[in-house]
Amino acid sequence: MKDEPRVGVFVCHCGTNIGGVVDVPEVVEYAKTLPYVVYADRNLYTCSEEGLNNIRDTIKEYNLNRVVVASCTPRTHEPLFRVACQEGGLNPYLFEMANIREHCSWVHHDSKEATEKAKDIVRMAVARSLWLEPQEEPELEIKDSSLVIGGGISGLVAAISLADQGFKVYLVEKEAELGGLVRQLYKLYPTLEDTSEILNPHIEEAKNHRNIEVHTSTTIKDIEGYVGNFHVTAIKNKEQIEFDVGTIIVATGAWNYHPPEGNFQYGVLDGVMTQLELEELLKEGKLERPEIIVMIQCVGSRVGEIWSYELVGLFHSQATRLLSKILGARGSEEGWAYCSKICCMNAIKNAILIKEQFPESEVTILYQDLRTYKEYEDFYRRARKLEVRFLKYIYEIPPEISEAPGNKLRVSFYDPFAGEEMSIICDKVALSTPLIPSKDGILLAKKLKIPLDQNGFLMEAHVKLRPIDTQIEGIFLAGTAAGPKDISESIVSAKAAAARASILMGNKVIKTEALTAVVNQDLCIGCGLCEELCPYGAHIVKDGKSTVIEALCKGCGVCVVACPQKAISAKHYTDDQILAAVKNAFTEQLT
Amino acid sequence: MKDSKSVLVVGGGIAGIQASLDAADRGFKVYLVEKTPSIGGRMAQLDKTFPTMDCSICILAPKMAECYRHSNITLLTYSEVQDAKGSIGNFEVAVLKKARHVKEDKCVGCGICTEKCPVKVPNEFEMGLADRKAIYMPFPQAVPRLTTIDEENCLFFQKGTCRVCEKLCEAGAIDFDEKPEEIVLNVDAIILATGFDVFNPKAITAYGYGKYKNVITAMELERLICASGPTDGYILRPSDGKEPESVVFIQCVGSRDQRYNPYCSSICCKYAIKDAVLIREHHPEIDTYVFYIDLRAFGKGFQEFANRSKEEYGINYIRSNPGEIREDPITQDLTIWYEDTLTRTIKPLTVGLVVLCTASIPRPDNKKLSELIGVELDDLGFFRASHDIDHPVDLTVPGVYGCGFCLGPRVGDIPHSVMQAGAAVARMSEELAGMEEA
Ligand SMILES: Cc1cc2nc3c(=O)[nH]c(=O)nc-3n(C[C@H](O)[C@H](O)[C@H](O)COP(=O)(O)OP(=O)(O)OC[C@H]3O[C@@H](n4cnc5c(N)ncnc54)[C@H](O)[C@@H]3O)c2cc1C
Ligand SMILES: Cc1cc2nc3c(=O)[nH]c(=O)nc-3n(C[C@H](O)[C@H](O)[C@H](O)COP(=O)(O)OP(=O)(O)OC[C@H]3O[C@@H](n4cnc5c(N)ncnc54)[C@H](O)[C@@H]3O)c2cc1C
Ligand code: SF4
Ligand code: SF4
Ligand code: SF4
Ligand code: SF4
Ligand code: SF4
Repeated sequence: MKDEPRVGVFVCHCGTNIGGVVDVPEVVEYAKTLPYVVYADRNLYTCSEEGLNNIRDTIKEYNLNRVVVASCTPRTHEPLFRVACQEGGLNPYLFEMANIREHCSWVHHDSKEATEKAKDIVRMAVARSLWLEPQEEPELEIKDSSLVIGGGISGLVAAISLADQGFKVYLVEKEAELGGLVRQLYKLYPTLEDTSEILNPHIEEAKNHRNIEVHTSTTIKDIEGYVGNFHVTAIKNKEQIEFDVGTIIVATGAWNYHPPEGNFQYGVLDGVMTQLELEELLKEGKLERPEIIVMIQCVGSRVGEIWSYELVGLFHSQATRLLSKILGARGSEEGWAYCSKICCMNAIKNAILIKEQFPESEVTILYQDLRTYKEYEDFYRRARKLEVRFLKYIYEIPPEISEAPGNKLRVSFYDPFAGEEMSIICDKVALSTPLIPSKDGILLAKKLKIPLDQNGFLMEAHVKLRPIDTQIEGIFLAGTAAGPKDISESIVSAKAAAARASILMGNKVIKTEALTAVVNQDLCIGCGLCEELCPYGAHIVKDGKSTVIEALCKGCGVCVVACPQKAISAKHYTDDQILAAVKNAFTEQLT
Repeated sequence: MKDSKSVLVVGGGIAGIQASLDAADRGFKVYLVEKTPSIGGRMAQLDKTFPTMDCSICILAPKMAECYRHSNITLLTYSEVQDAKGSIGNFEVAVLKKARHVKEDKCVGCGICTEKCPVKVPNEFEMGLADRKAIYMPFPQAVPRLTTIDEENCLFFQKGTCRVCEKLCEAGAIDFDEKPEEIVLNVDAIILATGFDVFNPKAITAYGYGKYKNVITAMELERLICASGPTDGYILRPSDGKEPESVVFIQCVGSRDQRYNPYCSSICCKYAIKDAVLIREHHPEIDTYVFYIDLRAFGKGFQEFANRSKEEYGINYIRSNPGEIREDPITQDLTIWYEDTLTRTIKPLTVGLVVLCTASIPRPDNKKLSELIGVELDDLGFFRASHDIDHPVDLTVPGVYGCGFCLGPRVGDIPHSVMQAGAAVARMSEELAGMEEA
């Protein structure tokens, strides 16, 4: 402790969130009694304009050199309070948060005890704050070029957007052709335009854009580096190519599920096909006469185990399990718990196309819930007008398919509206199967260290407010790689990904994590454990000593605890700082 | 791109806020025009938000504050667009800053005036479930954090006497003489983000909204279950302030109905599941029912959420579109006669509180804006995208874009609004960069 600490404590009511349980004025009075605390007061909402200005002004007025805010969680609010400190002329790392909401008022009902606990938490925070040190956020240059992985509609749109804004783009597609899944489609809902009318102009534009380098038949071999400066190695037709980019957009798309052989008689009886296969027939003009067709919804979706709904990220170790599930899904009876949201519309689309071509066809759609959300409801009405039949089946009794005389198929199911078992003799059965996570997406996520969600889609940094960003700075998500979407939704997400990437590249520099690990070279014995364990590849052991690449280190602390020599410390989380808080958990030991 | 480009964003809900932040970070000078006294929009009114169930205002407030502080953003609240001309790269927009009668640079938001003002008015933010005063702060986390006098209700403006607030304000912030001010802005592009209104279910007389006190809308319920709402988060019936023994949600009220709104509002099944779960979390003893036609729990994570709401929280789902609600005049309980279409039985159900999941409809503002700016509306009254698949955020005039619910019920939720905001900023950057080159 160099200069004498002058701590300011700001206790927040958070409306009634905290103030309704914890006696805030009492906590304030208590804080005032703590050593080195020269100011303590309360706010109705510390995160409001008024609260933040109060922090800024109080720092100046009382010449504070430590600030403690007792309020909610640092996850959402620490950045805001740090900025307020900075505005008051204080290094933002001389700030400490005491969580008296999630850790106290939200989980306790007894006002008296909660108030005592809030005091303990505040005391711990004040204790730790005394040991805090100023930290600097290094600046990093951002290269003005981008890598877009995946040349489906999302990748194309993201690439063209960035290129139009003047950034250089490398568009990498593993197949020989651009276009992704959409290329296989016939006509698109909701406008029923030919796929080529939408897709081809994008492909042409990407190919001819002077700012885009298209690399088809190319796979990513390795990506090193970090935001602003990624070094990419790719394999194109067996040749290695390399380039550097500042940002990455992942647009690796999704797969369309195939039921395993025998499931719904798929692959066993002729005439049983997926909706995508039916669409291919339509595209090739192979549906030559009116037929009786039954479509079954939710094949492979809305089934399987019910995941407990926690949006925790699944890290790499679990990727392996998910992979085997996906691969297994193509050969077992497992399916997917979520609703893939495109398959109801897609079935109706194909039904309309068939009825418009051959009005005497009989098309029946067997569904659980029809999910024609938004204005797509119109499409549903249009199908009913064309006399497409909609019948409901229930989850507990899935439809069964068997052979019927005369090369026909029989679909038997329980119709809850009629209250009886029904069967339809038909020519074809189309199974509406979901979009599922792609193997390529999962493997790439592993390489890039992007967490996966519970189903195996790439996970966003915050489901609601950062749906395009990933946990890894400088890497963004577009299209179905992050979960089922129709084309217009994929385009929206691709443009948004371009916007997020363009902000980084347009600003040319960013500030990076200040709270990195540091190796005490005198203690290090070069065992290499840290290098092996670091999830971000930030340790490099050379000549028997380890060093941390600051721009890569996220300050996760894995190496700090692992080092047998105790050679590594984490800035802002030093032993002194942590122990100060621990020592004060039960007794006052501030001095 | 030059750093001097500028954009007008109309509407300060989550979509407009995100568009402003993305544009400002991208180097645009942003003017964010919001017609009410504070930014925040509907999201500020929500309690918890699906699918992660975090507190809505807690994740929104930091973004609102960021808008206020961002050096590239000028906030024009209590303001409306009056006139617009020009074209991409050169729009001239006249904005009317209404008279707040409270000086922005003096008011510290202490709230003394609001305590003493004698006039009570239904509080819009609380969906009329509580009162505010004629001088008021829309909600505690309002940005900017200052009060506004609403002329239509203030005694001084209506009757020429009172001025209590002026006497009490230590900061000297009250200014009864303040006049509306017209500001003319020159901008390169316009982003519209006017959001949605809630359908008024009075039109459906059989449900008795407005007549039966214990029939409320989902937006009202959001305020009722919010810990900082009028009942501190307790589910209490409007008729007697008592906890109901059971609650029913009715889906598709005014949606998917040719008489009112033919489209599906996309969000109401999801928020009904959310709110039903929240009720059971707050009050495990309250029986909860959801009447639906098709349960639209689509997209990432929602079917799982629906399953869990059934299995873990014991929410009862009934496939039925109830025809009528009747009130017991003594207990003010409500009886719903319905046909369960899955079991084909006709039954009555008597409950204490009915929540109508009403359609999300276009704001009337869209019409005026479409006339001023020249962008088309679709048949429903939302802004028309220039192509449904290919140009989902471009409106029908170059240089004008849309995001959020004012484009109609797309996915309709917060994440999609945030994405649309980013997409609008990308489109604007592309097109303006293209003009510079040409
Ligand atoms: C049967 C069916 C019918 C549909 N019909 C419609 C419709 O009518 N209207 C509508 O709006 N939507 C429809 N959809 C949805 C539509 O297909 C998707 O919205 C769209 O494909 C999403 O595009 P994307 O670019 O995100 O992904 P994809 O189309 O899956 O493209 C991803 C691309 O990335 C490539 N890739 C993957 N991994 C790598 C890697 N590691 N390296 C390099 N390249 C890689 C893939 O080869 C592929 O080209 C339908 C979907 C299905 C299944
Ligand atoms: C009951 C209910 C519960 C919900 N729950 C969830 C949930 O849990 N999770 C979720 O993701 N989504 C939820 N939603 C959906 C969510 O509310 C919307 O996605 C979101 O609010 C849309 O934001 P917006 O900015 O487009 O519109 P709004 O929030 O409506 O904002 C529009 C803003 O524009 C302003 N404005 C309007 N006209 C003008 C004008 N002419 N000039 C200037 N300003 C103007 C308005 O005053 C308003 O501030 C819910 C919706 C409802 C109704
Ligand atoms: S969109 Fe329809 S078919 Fe597809 S999973 Fe959802 S409910 Fe089932
Ligand atoms: S774990 Fe410790 S001792 Fe081993 S190389 Fe890393 S810093 Fe050196
Ligand atoms: S107007 Fe005056 S009394 Fe009212 S909140 Fe502002 S500063 Fe306080
Ligand atoms: S002058 Fe108007 S706003 Fe002020 S206290 Fe009186 S009624 Fe209220
Ligand atoms: S989301 Fe659900 S409640 Fe809302 S209109 Fe659609 S089907 Fe009806």
